[in-house]
Amino acid sequence: MSSRPPEPSLAPAGAPEKARLGIWTFLATEVLLFGGLFTAYTVFRIAHPAQFHSDYLQLNRLFGALNTVVLICSSLSVAIGIAAIRQGKERALQRCLIITLLLAAAFLGIKYLEWSDHFAHGIYPRTSIFFALYYTMTGLHALHVMAGMGALTTMLVLARRGKFSAEYSTPVEITGIYWHFVDLVWIYLFPLLYLIG
Amino acid sequence: MTERAAAVPLADRGYLTERGFRAWATTLDHKRIGVMYLFTTLFFFLVGGLFAIVIRLKLMTPGPGFISDHTYNVFFTIHGALMIFIFVIPAIPSSLGNFFIPLLIGARDVAFPRLNLFSYWLFVAGICVVFGSLLNPMDTGWTFYAPYSTRTAAAVTVLAFGLFMTGMSTILTGLNFVVTIHKLRAPGMTWYRMPLFIWAMYATSIINVLATPVIGITFLLLAAERLFGIGFFDPAKGGDPLLFQHFFWFYSHPVVYVMILPAMGIISEVIPVFARKPIFGYKAIAYSALAIAFISFLVWGHHMFVSGMSTVAGVIFSFLTFFVAVPTGIKIFNWIATLYKGSIHLDSPMLYALTFIFHFIIGGLTGMFLGALGTDVHVHDTYFLVGHFHYTIMGGTIMGLFAGLHYWFPKMTGRLLDELRAKLAWLFIIVGFNVTFFPMFILGYLGMPRRYAEYPPRFQTLHIVSTVGSWVLTIGIAIMFLNFLRCMRKGQPAPANPWRALTLEWQTASPPATDNFETIPTVTTWPYGYGKKGDAGE
Repeated sequence: MSSRPPEPSLAPAGAPEKARLGIWTFLATEVLLFGGLFTAYTVFRIAHPAQFHSDYLQLNRLFGALNTVVLICSSLSVAIGIAAIRQGKERALQRCLIITLLLAAAFLGIKYLEWSDHFAHGIYPRTSIFFALYYTMTGLHALHVMAGMGALTTMLVLARRGKFSAEYSTPVEITGIYWHFVDLVWIYLFPLLYLIG
Repeated sequence: MTERAAAVPLADRGYLTERGFRAWATTLDHKRIGVMYLFTTLFFFLVGGLFAIVIRLKLMTPGPGFISDHTYNVFFTIHGALMIFIFVIPAIPSSLGNFFIPLLIGARDVAFPRLNLFSYWLFVAGICVVFGSLLNPMDTGWTFYAPYSTRTAAAVTVLAFGLFMTGMSTILTGLNFVVTIHKLRAPGMTWYRMPLFIWAMYATSIINVLATPVIGITFLLLAAERLFGIGFFDPAKGGDPLLFQHFFWFYSHPVVYVMILPAMGIISEVIPVFARKPIFGYKAIAYSALAIAFISFLVWGHHMFVSGMSTVAGVIFSFLTFFVAVPTGIKIFNWIATLYKGSIHLDSPMLYALTFIFHFIIGGLTGMFLGALGTDVHVHDTYFLVGHFHYTIMGGTIMGLFAGLHYWFPKMTGRLLDELRAKLAWLFIIVGFNVTFFPMFILGYLGMPRRYAEYPPRFQTLHIVSTVGSWVLTIGIAIMFLNFLRCMRKGQPAPANPWRALTLEWQTASPPATDNFETIPTVTTWPYGYGKKGDAGE
């Protein structure tokens, strides 16, 4: 861009609205990505009801429930952080981001324990269609958690450099929306895999 | 270098002023990114075309040829995969779309310029991975049907990963366009004052955002199946090969509208300019683009009539397939109505636009034959399908792309094309194309199956006709590309508005400056008021 001053007609409130529409469009893509997996789940559940029942009994509901709580808490802490920065409380935002990152790490830690437990019992993706779906769905979700952690870490670094204020918090809000989505996917995965027999 | 001295230098090189690799590779300018996409995709058009020429050469003889049958399988797979995923899908949206969407809506750039650059390099990285798979090349056809694709020794996983990356790039470009069209229109540009190319690109972007992730998850499942020995698509392990086809076509049918809709957008721009008449049925054309995008998600099953899907599903999909012909017919009707009593100027963009309509009527109607359950059982997986597909995509989309390239060449380069050479190329292309692909309808109707390396000798005559046609087509395309290359350097400097068009991109310099407009224009009317008072041409 050259040195021309920006047109006043384009300037007001353009950026956050643009960014919001962008992230929601991206989430539409993500819904369709997971939608494929949910479709596969439905198809195979109808095809093999007995196998789905016997396999689901081998999952540890305690791990699943604990992880659900952990993720919901992390969504809460992101929301609190965004509310804080809208009032200009930079330190509060940083604290909330750290808590969120710790909860996300806890989620992955619990997931790790759970998977190693399965491996110890000889349960692998090729064991059955149910476990193939279980590993693919939770694995893809875990990848999204990691991507979200990357984004949250970036926000933390930027927050520490003092980039955000009551006037400008767009990247944090966008990251927050993405993080809620990651949380929401898990809220669907948990009952489908752990609760319905 | 001595040749360049002979060319008339441009007074102002606009966005092209800065030279050097770095200035291009790290640019945030949507026009430069569009040009980079254009060069990349056109390069792979030529590469994919070379494979097609070899395939046609092999098919001149019915028996074993100069390449082995396995090599033949590899070649038509590469031809299909390159042309579909690396050329046709990104060709118009990512190149001309990138270049002209901001110009047509009166914006300085796309909504997310850095994301735009990232999309381009992700696309290039994806292509590199795709080429990595050539170490053990694919022989599955571009459709990757399971369970063969889960068992073959070829590098399916690598290819799937590469295409996942190019798909991701397509999604991000689509996202960028959706936000750009929503948020960056110039003051006064209401939805009904948008050029129809923008409506078409909007519909295209919606499909890209909503359909591409489904092929993404399909590739992930396919890769997981190969890497971990899962049986999603393998009936021996409780899986379902039909599920793969459902997934695959849920993406790959909408995506043929990703291919055709942008071309239809270009035709809607070119026809009124060269007929010097207001476009007929503006709203009908605009909404039919959205209708096509919507219905395109509901017709995928017509690829699976003989795959063991239920008859009821077949009847429903057949009906919905006829339904998609309605908005398509509306568009063709409106273009022809625009031509009616127009003052038609047969410049090269118009010749390609008319060729588009001619080919697309043939391609579209034969699509109806294929969408009808009973007829499809007869012609399914024959050359009839190959003919239909190439009439819509090569004869449609690519003619639309050529129309766009000839129409916008002066704007992109600041130089005029050599019209005589452009028309000569067009003559070779239209003759070559029809001689190549029309015999395929007859071949298919007589029972020649697609993808076979060898065939009964009674089909040979038509195959020879088709192969000779492919040579004529090649000559035409060579003339066209040489004309582009020559006029990029030596063409006459172009005025800002050589076609006397009314859309915004022509109201700024050729080539446009880096930030597109001196001042952002205020729009007071739609861009199709041709043939009225104030139209300098009449």
